[in-house]
Amino acid sequence: MQKTSSIVIIGGGVMGCALAYQLARRGVKDIVVLEKEYLTSGATGRCGAGVRQQWATETNCLLAKESVRMFENMNEELGYSKDIEFKQKGYLLLAYTDAQWNQFKKNVKLQQSLGIPVEMVDPQGAKDIVPHLNIEGLIGATYCGTDGHANPFHVTYAYAEAARKLGVKIETYTEVIGFEVEKGKVKKVKTNKGDIYAPIVVNCAGAHSGEIAKMVGEEIPVYPERHQALVTEPVESMQDPMVISFHHHIYCQQVPHGSFVMGMGDPNEPTSFNQKSSWQFLEEVAQKVVNILPPLKDIRVVRQWAGLYDMSPDANPIIDELVRVKGFYTVAGFSGHGFMVAPITGVMVAQMILGEQTVLPVKPFGIDRFSRGEYLLEHSVV
Amino acid sequence: MDKEIFVCRCEDITLAQIKELISQGHRTIDEIKRVSRAGMGPCQGRTCRMLIAQELAKAYGVNVEEVLMPSFRPPVKPIKLGLLAGGE
Repeated sequence: MQKTSSIVIIGGGVMGCALAYQLARRGVKDIVVLEKEYLTSGATGRCGAGVRQQWATETNCLLAKESVRMFENMNEELGYSKDIEFKQKGYLLLAYTDAQWNQFKKNVKLQQSLGIPVEMVDPQGAKDIVPHLNIEGLIGATYCGTDGHANPFHVTYAYAEAARKLGVKIETYTEVIGFEVEKGKVKKVKTNKGDIYAPIVVNCAGAHSGEIAKMVGEEIPVYPERHQALVTEPVESMQDPMVISFHHHIYCQQVPHGSFVMGMGDPNEPTSFNQKSSWQFLEEVAQKVVNILPPLKDIRVVRQWAGLYDMSPDANPIIDELVRVKGFYTVAGFSGHGFMVAPITGVMVAQMILGEQTVLPVKPFGIDRFSRGEYLLEHSVV
Repeated sequence: MDKEIFVCRCEDITLAQIKELISQGHRTIDEIKRVSRAGMGPCQGRTCRMLIAQELAKAYGVNVEEVLMPSFRPPVKPIKLGLLAGGE
């Protein structure tokens, strides 16, 4: 492995690979990406693969809207040899309580003001979009037709392939074990395969980013939280949009391949690195999905898995340089919606590191927002 | 010939495709699964897992038992969501 670099990126998920590409595209040489297992082995490869713009905070709406624009042209822009499988068949968000419906009204006003093509529909309107939807108890729904799905593996490989063509070195099965800091500046990254000099380090380690920060003696408020998902056998195409119910903490979509992918957030899930599947999840998610989308009862589950959200206190990312360790950047805390905002985040972070004007403001994601009490609280998280 | 030999019958992945992925640098069954879907179908790799392991062993000059096995994920056999929903 090389002994020197200009920038070391820690984490071979979608965020690390997108950032590596965006930096290389801007002419940075000697970039190294370190991944302790293989590309997409962490949260990226375990995510629900959805891409939505219907958020409750302006920051998330804008990140997602700009990312959708990038997903639309990604195969061409990156010259990818395969297909990222981006499909825009929409997201349907269900409201079952008045409080939820009132929140949705506010969200839609915000989203529309930002140019996101979202509409409010009554229960019958929701049924017109998803004919097999059980509308019992449903108050209304919001729908955005340009939301959709992309294949997280292929999006990551597309960025990695394009980055490699520009000279980026991606070292898999290489684990970071420590750092050397000199006079308040990061100097060297220590790995299980040797040391690399690096004046700039970017921590894109997802749920493990807190552990990485601890290696330079810093605490960042990012916590691992298990979320589970399952996939069914592929069946004929029958459901266009992703269906989400925050009331049931559930999401369910049919991916282009024909399988249904669904997942559930457990509000009582403890902070932990546990990413094992549980049988309780299978039963709970089955009960909920069969109630909301009854014909799915005849479709077979073939596999379940779990992954880790990198939760921050306000469910929004931290994008900032450490105050006490110059050159050490945190890009983590995406809280379950990192995949869908990774394209534009890669651009923003590259611009921030190079001291350029950023395409969207980075300041709201500063780590000091927590000490100032200026939380960017995002409610629309499953 | 390799183009006519199916390694993963659920997802229609041929021996030629597996060999190409190995030559592109994919080092484990897990990596091949993620990029190609081999092993993601209804049988969950029961047929292809060991065939891919053999190809990896040949390519890297190691014994088959040294090839890293992927995670074995539940349920072992496909189960209808309706059946799971009725569970007490």
